Parts: sequence; C-alpha cells; structure tokens
Amino acid sequence: MSLSRREFIGISGAAVAGMALAPGLRLVELARARSPEEAVTRLQRWGLLVDIGKCHDCNACVTACHEENGVTSHGRPATDAQWIRKVELKDKLTGYVETLPVMCQHCAEPPCVDVCPTGASFKRIDGIVLVDKHICIGCRYCMMACPYKARSFVHEETTNQKPHAPRGKGTVESCTLCVHRVDAGRIPACVEACNKDGNKAMVFGDLKDPHSEINKQLASAPTTQLRPDLNLNTGVRYRGI
Amino acid sequence: MAHVNYGTIEPRSLGFYAVLGILGAITLAGLGAALYMEHHGHWITGMSNQVMWGVPHVFAVFLIVAASGALNVASIASVFGRQLYKPLARLSSLLAITLLAGGLAILVLDLGRPDRLIEAMTYYNFKSIFAWNIYLYIGFFGIVIVYLWMMMERRMNDYTKPVGMLAFIWRLTLTTGTGSIFGFLVAREAYNSAIIAPMFIIMSFEFGLAIFLVVLMAGMRWTGRELGDVVFNRLRFLLGVFVAAVMYFVTVYHLTNLYITQRHGIEGFILLDGGIYTKMFWLGQVIVGGVIPLIILFSGLGKSRALTALAAILVVLGGIAQVYVIIIGGQAYPMPLYPGKDIVSSSFFDGMVAVYSPSLPEVILGIGGIGLALVMAAFAMRVLPFLPQSLSDADADPHHKAA
Repeated sequence: MSLSRREFIGISGAAVAGMALAPGLRLVELARARSPEEAVTRLQRWGLLVDIGKCHDCNACVTACHEENGVTSHGRPATDAQWIRKVELKDKLTGYVETLPVMCQHCAEPPCVDVCPTGASFKRIDGIVLVDKHICIGCRYCMMACPYKARSFVHEETTNQKPHAPRGKGTVESCTLCVHRVDAGRIPACVEACNKDGNKAMVFGDLKDPHSEINKQLASAPTTQLRPDLNLNTGVRYRGI
Repeated sequence: MAHVNYGTIEPRSLGFYAVLGILGAITLAGLGAALYMEHHGHWITGMSNQVMWGVPHVFAVFLIVAASGALNVASIASVFGRQLYKPLARLSSLLAITLLAGGLAILVLDLGRPDRLIEAMTYYNFKSIFAWNIYLYIGFFGIVIVYLWMMMERRMNDYTKPVGMLAFIWRLTLTTGTGSIFGFLVAREAYNSAIIAPMFIIMSFEFGLAIFLVVLMAGMRWTGRELGDVVFNRLRFLLGVFVAAVMYFVTVYHLTNLYITQRHGIEGFILLDGGIYTKMFWLGQVIVGGVIPLIILFSGLGKSRALTALAAILVVLGGIAQVYVIIIGGQAYPMPLYPGKDIVSSSFFDGMVAVYSPSLPEVILGIGGIGLALVMAAFAMRVLPFLPQSLSDADADPHHKAA
C-alpha cells in the first residue's frame, strides 16, 4: 500500500493531534477523582449518625473496623487497642437497656488536639481527627484529655499491619473514620459492615452537604452528641440515647 | 550576718563516696528499668488504656513540684530580704535544679517514644500546656543557673535580687503550668478545677521545703558542720505552716466537689469507698503527710532533730501519696460518658473503676529519678561551695542570745 503525500500528512496530523489531546482528555477523567492535593477540603465535614433504635446485640462494626485496620488483640484486654467498642447502657430510672458503638467522636473542637505538645494529634479540615504516627512521642496526654475514652496506646510490638493504617509501639491511635477509604470515595468499614451484616444503624456522609443522606436523617428527627455539655460539636451523632 | 563562708564537701571522705555510690546505683537501676520498659513496651507495666499515667508520673510530678518549691528558701532571702535565709540560698537553688532534672528524666524515659524527644523540642503546639511547660522547664534551668552565678560570684552579687525576683515569678508560673496539666482537663471529674494550680503551688512550698530540710540536716551533720537552733526552728515552723496550708487547700478542693452533685461520685470514691485510693488519701496524705508532721513540728517534739527530720520525711511520703491519689485515683474513677445510665457491659472498661497495680520497673524508674536528683546534688556539693561552713546561732543571728 502506498500513501500519497496528502494522505501521509493527513494521517500524521491526526496522530499528532491525538497524542497532544489525549493527555488533556485523560486529565478531565482524572479530575473527577481527587488528587492528593485536592482530597481534603473545608467544604466537607465527614460525620456519622448512629440510630440506637436499630443497633442491636451485634458486633459487626467492631469486627470490621479491627479487621480493616489491622488492630489485633494480644489477649490482654487492659492494654489491647480498641478503636471502636460496643457499650450496653441501662437507664438508672427506667431500666431501659440500649446498646451503641462508641469510637472517636471526631470533635470540631477536639481536646486531644488542644493538649498534644507536638501537634501529632490533629484535625483535618474535613473534620477527621487523626494522629500523625511519625511525630507522636507517646506522652498519652491526649488519652487523659479525651472525654470519650476513644484512644488507645500501643503497648506492644504490632505485626501484620495494614499499609493504609500504620501502627507503632509507643504511640497513640484511634478511629481514623477509615480516612483511607473516605479519600478513595468509599464509606468507613464499620458503616459498610453495619449495612451488610448488621442492622443498618449507621449512616456516613458529609455534614455540610444539605442533600446528603446523613443530613436528611439528622434533619428529620432529634439526635444528640455524647457529653453535649462539653460543647465539642462532635462529628458522630446518636439518635435515641 | 556580714559574711558567709561556704565550702565544698571534704575530699577523701569514705562516707561521701558511699552515699554517692548508693545514689548512683539507684539512678542506674532506674535507667535499666526504663530500658526494660522501652524494650518490651508498656504492657509489662501496670499502666493500661484505662490508667495511662502511672507511678513514673507520680514521682515525676512530685519531683517537678518539689523542685520549684525547693527554690523558695532562696527566694525568701533574695526577694523578701530575710538575711537569715541567705546562707541557705545556694543549696536551695541547687536542689531546685537537680530535683527538676530528676523529675524530667522520669517523664522523658516513660514516653512511648523517648527517642523522638527532638519532636517535642522543635515543634510546639502552643495550645498545649505540655508545650508551655517545656519552655517553663528549660527557662527554669537557665534562670536558676544564672541566679546561682549571681550569688556565687562576688562581683555579681548586686544582681542577686533582680534575678532572684525573676526566678521567683518564673517558679510560680512553672508550678501553675504543672497544676494546669490537670486543672485544665475537662474530661475527668477529679480535675477540671481552677483550684488545682494554686494547690500545686502550695504543695510545692511544702514538698520542696521538706526535701530541703532533710538534705540540709544530713549535709550539715555528715560534714561536721553546725546547724543552730535559730535556723533549724525557723525552717521547722515554716514547714509546719506549709503543711497546714496544703491541708486547707485540699479541704476547699473537696468541699467544692462535695457541694456539686455531679461530682459526688468521684468524691465518694476518693473519700469513702475507693479502696486503695481512700486509704492513701486518709492514711497517707492526711495522717502521715499532714496530721503527724503538724503535731511534731508545732509541739515540743519538734525540738528533737530526729523527730523533725522524721516529720519532713513523712511530709515527703504523704506528698507522694497525695500525688498518687490525684494522678492515679483521678484516672481510676470512670469518666462520666453516659450521665443517667448504668453501664451493663463494655469491652473497653466503660464505667468501671480501673485496676492499676504498679509494676516493679515503674517503681524503680520513679525512685531512680529521686536518686538522680540527689546524686547530682551530692556531686555538685563536692565540687562547688554550696554548703555554708556554719549555721550556728551566733553565725545565723548576731543578736541571738543563748538562752
């Protein structure tokens, strides 16, 4: 097959134009996912709503969290880390019994961040409270300050860590709201497990998005925070306590 | 008292080297305990996710509080112009430095990652009271060293008063900072109170003077120096006043909590049914650390040097008990997460009184800090003239007439 000069120039021109345009078109596609620089924005605040009326005697959220984040037990309950726990409460007056999951409440005004001397405890601008494992010196002041008993000190060597949830002996850790999943556009492991194996008691979403499911539910019925008297404006809210 | 002669501890004294050796061994044991804890992780200690600050913190806070208080004797001389205290000022400042060093050593060695101390020295979260305290501690070392220089270098003596004033203000700020570590904590009912910082200041007066008195009496006696009744009785009665003042603050602290219904739980726990914490409060803090020393110090019993030394040691023991009740009792009592509810079950000890029994390495680390403070003081007294040659009544007070 022979090409005329005109055909050759035409085909070459199209190829060059394609090579020049393709990365641009590819960028349009990339822009829909969040780049690391764009991942966190003040325009969002991630939160959880737990409907205690639906939460029953099941441990799916706890199992899923600890599986997802590689939080393993050494068979020593007093020193083993717990990122999320189930608590059963009984009303002192009426005897009404209820059960609920408790984890880091991702406060807007977190006392752990206030007291941390090195800034290892920090709050992302999208509201997720985290510990920077690289600069935590293990002083445990944040554990003294947290009103929710949400934090654990890593008391011994950790093995089989997950790459997305590094853990280190001698540092403090807590629920990350599965930040690695949230940044990838997924929901936290506890919420996913509650929807799949549990009683669909947990809703995750953006508290600043008026159209989000969590906001619709928050707007439709009374909810509360744990220790509302402390005025910490928690990202985790409960219905039915 | 126109001129005070100071001297070092005599060389070639077997007793001195024995003391140095024992204190050195205690310090090394503390270091070994810290390495052991660091190697295995904190699970081998009594500390847990319920009680994360244990015996090391009790000793550390005790020593840090005592350090600022040990400086008081110097302040009384420099700031308030009491000549009687002037010969004691060098030793007072020395102890302030070494007690703080001992306390901080414990605190640092108990960190989960002491190797990352550089993080705490290079990045500060200025809303953290710990971060303020790092400045306060470092500044305290610097100011007291300069203060000692002003006192010990004759050409600089004129500056003793302004530097002493700065040191006095700094030490009040420092103890306010130490107390505020607890006072500003909103989460736990035992803390979260404005009275804690001033209570720590008066505790520092008491602990610091008790340690100072014991070291002074031992130092003077073991080196064959005279300690006359004038100086002795002044310090003895001052210690008594401080013991009473601490008891007053403790009373007001508990009365406040007893009035607030929300805090009846924690008060009942500490005062009535908290087991070891209740015993430590009444027997350790109140009887051993308060009532018995008060009786000794203010009665004829206090004329006995041995009994007054005993009273000072009881104040130290009662003080350690007091800090134990504050730090560990305050954590052992569960946080009020769910007001109005009983907790039926929780995998994470919600609503339960935390179990804490100190492990041997923790205790050795804590005592090691005391060893470090004292070995540093003993060594310094050997190489530089901190101790006055005599504190006899004639030297202390020219107008003193022998009875």
